Amino acid sequence: MSVFGYRIPPVFSLLIWIALWEIVGQNEWAYILPPFTSVMEQLVVLVQRPDFQRAALQTLESFVIGMTAAVVGGIIIGFLMGLSRIANQILGMWVNVFASAPLSSLVPVLMLLFGIGQTTVIVTVILFAIWIIALDTYAGVRHIPDSLPEMGRSFGAGRWQLYSKIVFWAALPEILAGIRMGLIRAVKGIVIGQLLIAVVALGRLFRTFSDNFQFEEFWALTLVLFVFALGFSSLVGWAEQRVEYYAGTRI
Amino acid sequence: MAGTSATMTTATADAAPGAPQAGIVEVRGITKFYGTDVHALDSINLAFPEGEMTTLLGPSGCGKTTLLKIIAGLLEPTGGEVQVKGRPVTGPGPERAFVFQDFALLPWASVLRNVAFGLELRGDPRSAREDKARHYIDEVGLSGFEGKFPHELSGGMRQRVGLARALAVDADVLLMDEPFSAVDEQTRRKFQEDLLRLLDVENKTVIFVTHSIEEAVYLSDRIVLLSPRPGRIHDIIRPDISRDLSPEDIRREKGYLDTVEEIWANLKKYLE
Repeated sequence: MSVFGYRIPPVFSLLIWIALWEIVGQNEWAYILPPFTSVMEQLVVLVQRPDFQRAALQTLESFVIGMTAAVVGGIIIGFLMGLSRIANQILGMWVNVFASAPLSSLVPVLMLLFGIGQTTVIVTVILFAIWIIALDTYAGVRHIPDSLPEMGRSFGAGRWQLYSKIVFWAALPEILAGIRMGLIRAVKGIVIGQLLIAVVALGRLFRTFSDNFQFEEFWALTLVLFVFALGFSSLVGWAEQRVEYYAGTRI
Repeated sequence: MAGTSATMTTATADAAPGAPQAGIVEVRGITKFYGTDVHALDSINLAFPEGEMTTLLGPSGCGKTTLLKIIAGLLEPTGGEVQVKGRPVTGPGPERAFVFQDFALLPWASVLRNVAFGLELRGDPRSAREDKARHYIDEVGLSGFEGKFPHELSGGMRQRVGLARALAVDADVLLMDEPFSAVDEQTRRKFQEDLLRLLDVENKTVIFVTHSIEEAVYLSDRIVLLSPRPGRIHDIIRPDISRDLSPEDIRREKGYLDTVEEIWANLKKYLE
């Protein structure tokens, strides 16, 4: 970004928004928005509260379990779709439907199936993340030039070697892009899941804070989630950069 | 296509002069259809003598790459049989190594690992395969580039990696699919000269696909001319060139120039 010819670091725009937030908060123009400084104060208190720590840990656990299952499952589904025409015909339609469907509406049904608790949250995370990972993996596998698997076969690669030494690595840039998108969706999934169930982990805290008009705590919690989501996403982004050099030059 | 059957007969007679000459690779009655209506190859009979460099030459659509991939075992013929060292081909095998038009290198692997990849697939221990790879990297003139990645190399260097990979597996038959077509003209000439020098040392049977007449005449012991739609053997030519001359002199020699002209006259009628 540049203003009047001066280059401005990206952090600066964030500072402007924070200043704006502070002004709105200090003047009490919107009762749901307390000043940024008091939110930060509350944040420091919040992270020391044992109920928050327990909730955060439980949330992290659901997230990691759900995301791991979504990555493994998504890659397997994407591989099957990319490698077998029949699998693509059977699975392709459903993966596309689920990838674009409003999955939040399914959460109440999941509660009936899996009970009110962590299992439902984990399943929600999987449902939110898995389809985009499958679709991107599929796209990656389909984009591999014919000559790479041909090369493998001509030098005597077996089926397993072909997948593990060539196809997987050749599709890796797309797989990582899918994982990053899946991660963002998984964060949505965990918040929505916990909010709808309302008695679990951070969801309960969210509900408590908003029901009691504790907006400082509410925003502090929101910030924690943002930082958490951003952190995970940049971690995958960093991995993506490491394979970027061959994503565009795969010839 | 009235004249095709006539040239066919002369070609077949030319392919087997007198007694059946056994080759290390034998192609018998190979026919290939893509789907039901694309007739790519029509009953091809060819023998490739051991230690010779044979070029498959023809305009696009003559099925030369299809034939090479059938010999490689990468494609299944609709009819006919390929034999390598007397055994029918059912898929790729260790006695054949392929050099790809688009190099087909692993972009995430170093030159060293790419060259050793055929040996890696075979399960050779790391130190043994890397020693061998280093030897062939040196042979193709890429010493010092072992740790580089394909995207850091020029097109010509990438194909040298492809060639080294094919040499490293120690196959008897080298199958090269338009290996220099993605490389600029100067690099191509240098590469052709290096290839001939290399093949002097490595006793290989080479089957080489190209659409460049000059390249075919310069490189080959024997040129198989293919005619298009469906692919058939049009003629087989042995360039009468003394290989003792320097590359520059070969390209100026009468035998070389005459053969180029003869092939051009032959192929001209297949062009619109």
